[in-house]
Amino acid sequence: MPQGDTGSEAQNVLDVRDLHTVFRTRSGEVHAVNSVNFSVKPGELLGVVGESGSGKSVTMMSLIGLLPSPPAEVRSGEVLLDGEDLLKASPARLRDVRGGEIGFIFQDPMTSLNPVFDVGFQIMEPIRRHMGLNKRQARDRAIELLDLVGIPGAAGRLGDYPHQFSGGMRQRVMIAIALACDPKVLIADEPTTALDVTIQAQILEIIEDLRQKLGMAIVWITHDLGVVAGIADRVLVMYGGQIVEQAPVHPLFNDPRHPYTRALLKTVPSVSGARAAKLQVIAGQPPILGAAPSACPFRDRCPLVFDRCHQQNPPREIVAPGHDAACFHPSARTGREVAEASA
Amino acid sequence: MTRPLVEVRDLKMHFPIYSGLLRRQVGAVKAVDGVSFDILEGETLGLVGESGCGKSTCGRAVLRLYDITGGEIVIDGRAIGSDPQDRLRDMRPTMQMVFQDPQASLNPRMTVGAIIGEPLSEHTRMSRSERRERVEELMDQVGLNRAFVNRYPHEFSGGQRQRIGIARALALNPKFIVCDEPIAALDVSIQAQVVNLLEELQDRLGLTYLFISHDLSMVRHIADRVAVMYLGKVVELAPRDALYSEPLHPYTQALLSAVPEPDPMLAGQKKDRIVLQGDVPSPANPPAGCNFCTRCPKVMEVCHRIDPAFLEIAPGHWSACHLHDPAHRGTVEAGPEGTDNENAGRPARREAPANGASIQQGDAT
Repeated sequence: MPQGDTGSEAQNVLDVRDLHTVFRTRSGEVHAVNSVNFSVKPGELLGVVGESGSGKSVTMMSLIGLLPSPPAEVRSGEVLLDGEDLLKASPARLRDVRGGEIGFIFQDPMTSLNPVFDVGFQIMEPIRRHMGLNKRQARDRAIELLDLVGIPGAAGRLGDYPHQFSGGMRQRVMIAIALACDPKVLIADEPTTALDVTIQAQILEIIEDLRQKLGMAIVWITHDLGVVAGIADRVLVMYGGQIVEQAPVHPLFNDPRHPYTRALLKTVPSVSGARAAKLQVIAGQPPILGAAPSACPFRDRCPLVFDRCHQQNPPREIVAPGHDAACFHPSARTGREVAEASA
Repeated sequence: MTRPLVEVRDLKMHFPIYSGLLRRQVGAVKAVDGVSFDILEGETLGLVGESGCGKSTCGRAVLRLYDITGGEIVIDGRAIGSDPQDRLRDMRPTMQMVFQDPQASLNPRMTVGAIIGEPLSEHTRMSRSERRERVEELMDQVGLNRAFVNRYPHEFSGGQRQRIGIARALALNPKFIVCDEPIAALDVSIQAQVVNLLEELQDRLGLTYLFISHDLSMVRHIADRVAVMYLGKVVELAPRDALYSEPLHPYTQALLSAVPEPDPMLAGQKKDRIVLQGDVPSPANPPAGCNFCTRCPKVMEVCHRIDPAFLEIAPGHWSACHLHDPAHRGTVEAGPEGTDNENAGRPARREAPANGASIQQGDAT
C-alpha cells in the first residue's frame, strides 16, 4: 500500500497502518474504518476531508484509544508514534501519550471543557500531570499559553469559567490545553466548524502562526474544503470509512483523480469567480457500512461506475508522485483532460 | 414581478431582561433593531451574518412568530405588524417557514404523512382522501418516495428530513417562505441537493424566499439580493453581484475575505485578508454610535458618536457606514441626526485595536 511518502528522508512522526475499527450495535456491526493507512511527518499539516459518517473522527479517536469499548473495537492495525505501537501500549502509557505527546482539539468547545472547573485548572492539569511542574510553574506556563493563543489579559482570565468565554475564546482555550505539553502531533477534529467565519479566520491564523513557531505535526479534520485549501500541505479524502485519495494540496484541488473528490469539489460554491446556474450534486446517499467492504464504497453514486467496481474494492494506487487514489477507472491514472473528455 | 410582496419597515424585536429580587426589567436584548427591507415577488432575499446577529429572530419576526416591539410588516398587501395572533391565523397559509434543524422541527411520533398533512387539516376542509392525495403530490414535488408516507422522521437522513420540512411548508400553497438556515445542518453534497430543490420549486411555483444563512457562498448562489446583518441591524443591502464584487461596508468586506477559498492557488494569493479582531459585542449592551465601531478596521472618530444612516449609495445598493456618507466622510464634525441617543452616554467598548487603518483614541464618553 502506498504510504504517501514523497521520497523525503524525514522520519514519520505518526504512521498508521491497516487500521480497522468496528462498532458493535444491536442491529449488527458497523465497519466505520476500513484499512486506513497514512503517515504524518514532523511539521506537516495533513488535512482530512469527508462527509459526516465517512470515518474521519473515528479514525483519529481510534489512534489514541478514545473510543468507548464496547461498542467500539479496533480490530487490527498498527499506530506507530515514533516507532512505538500505541494499539499495544498499556493504559498507563496511553494516558501519558494523550495530552502529552498527542494533543487533541475537539469540535465543540463548550461540551469539551468542564463547566465546573475554571480554565486555569483545566490548562494546568495536563501540564502538572505530564511535565511534573509545580503549581506556580504550571500557572506561569498556563499564562504563557493563553498569551500564545491570543487571549488578552491572560493572567486575569485563569480564574474564569468556560461560560464566561465566547465561542472563539473557548476554542482558543482548547487549543492552549492541546498545546500545553508541546505535543509532537496535534489532532484537530473540526475545530472551527462550530464557529463563525470571522472567528474561524482568527483561529486559522493562530494555528498557522503556532505551526511556524512550534513545528509540530497537525492533523486537521474538516468537511470544509475551503479551510483545507488554505492551510493544509497534504490532504486525505475519506469516504465510507476508507481513504479514497491522498495528495499534496495543489494536485488535489487542481487535478483530482477520484470521482468522489471531483464531485465534492464541484458541489462547493465559491464567493468569487463565475456563478453556476445550478449547483452540481452528488446524487444519492453515503453508504451504510454494515459489513467489511467487498466493492467500491462510492459505486452507487459514481458517474463512471463499471462492472469491476461492483466486484472488487479498489486499492490505493499511486497515480502521480505523492498522489494516490482508490479507483479502477482509467481516468484516475491519466490526467484531468482525458477525464473531462470522457465525462 | 416588480411589486414588493413583503415590506418590512423599521422592524424592532427587543427581548426584555429581568433581574434582581423583584424581577424588574433592567434592559433589553435588541436582537433586531430597526431593520427595513422589501422583497419583490418571486425574488430571493439572502440574509447573512454571524451567529447572534439577529438574522433568525428577524426571519421569525417577519412571520409574526413573535409579538414585535415596533415597526410594520406588510405581506401581500396586508399589514400584520400589530395584529393579534388569533387574527393572523387566516394569513398563515400565505407565509410559511422551513426551519434550521430538521431533527428538532419534526415531531418524532408523527408519520411523514401526518406531518405534511397537518397544515391541511388545520387550515382546509379537505377530506381524508383528498389530504392523502395532496400529501403524496407534495412528496413527489420534493423528491420523496410516496411509499415512505407511513414512516417516521428518524428513518430518514438529514437531507430527506429537510425535504419533509419543505413539503410541509409547501402544503398550503404559500407565496412567501422564510428559510431559516435550511442547509446549515447538512453535509456539503446534500446541501447542494436541497438548494437545487428550493430553486426548482421557486421556478415552478413562483415562490418568494427570505433565505437566512451564514454561508456566504451558498447565499451567493441562491439569492437575488443580499442583506448583511450585524448586531441587530442591516449594514448593507445590495443586488447579489454588486455585493460580492464591490462590498461597501467594512463588515461585509471582512466577512467576505474571511470565507476560505476552496482553491489553494487563490487561497495563497489572499494575502490582503482582513481578519477582524475581537468578538461581536452583546446585543444587550451595544456600543454607542455605529454598532461595528469596536471591530471596524476603518473606524473614525465620528463612528463612536453617531449611528450611521442607512443610505442608498448606488442604485439599489444600500449601506450604513460613515465612509460612504457624504456628510461625515473623513470629517470629525457631524450634526445631530437623532439616531440612537439612548446609547450616547455610554462609552464605546473597544477591544484590541484593529490592523492598519486610522484609529483615533477619542472615545465618546
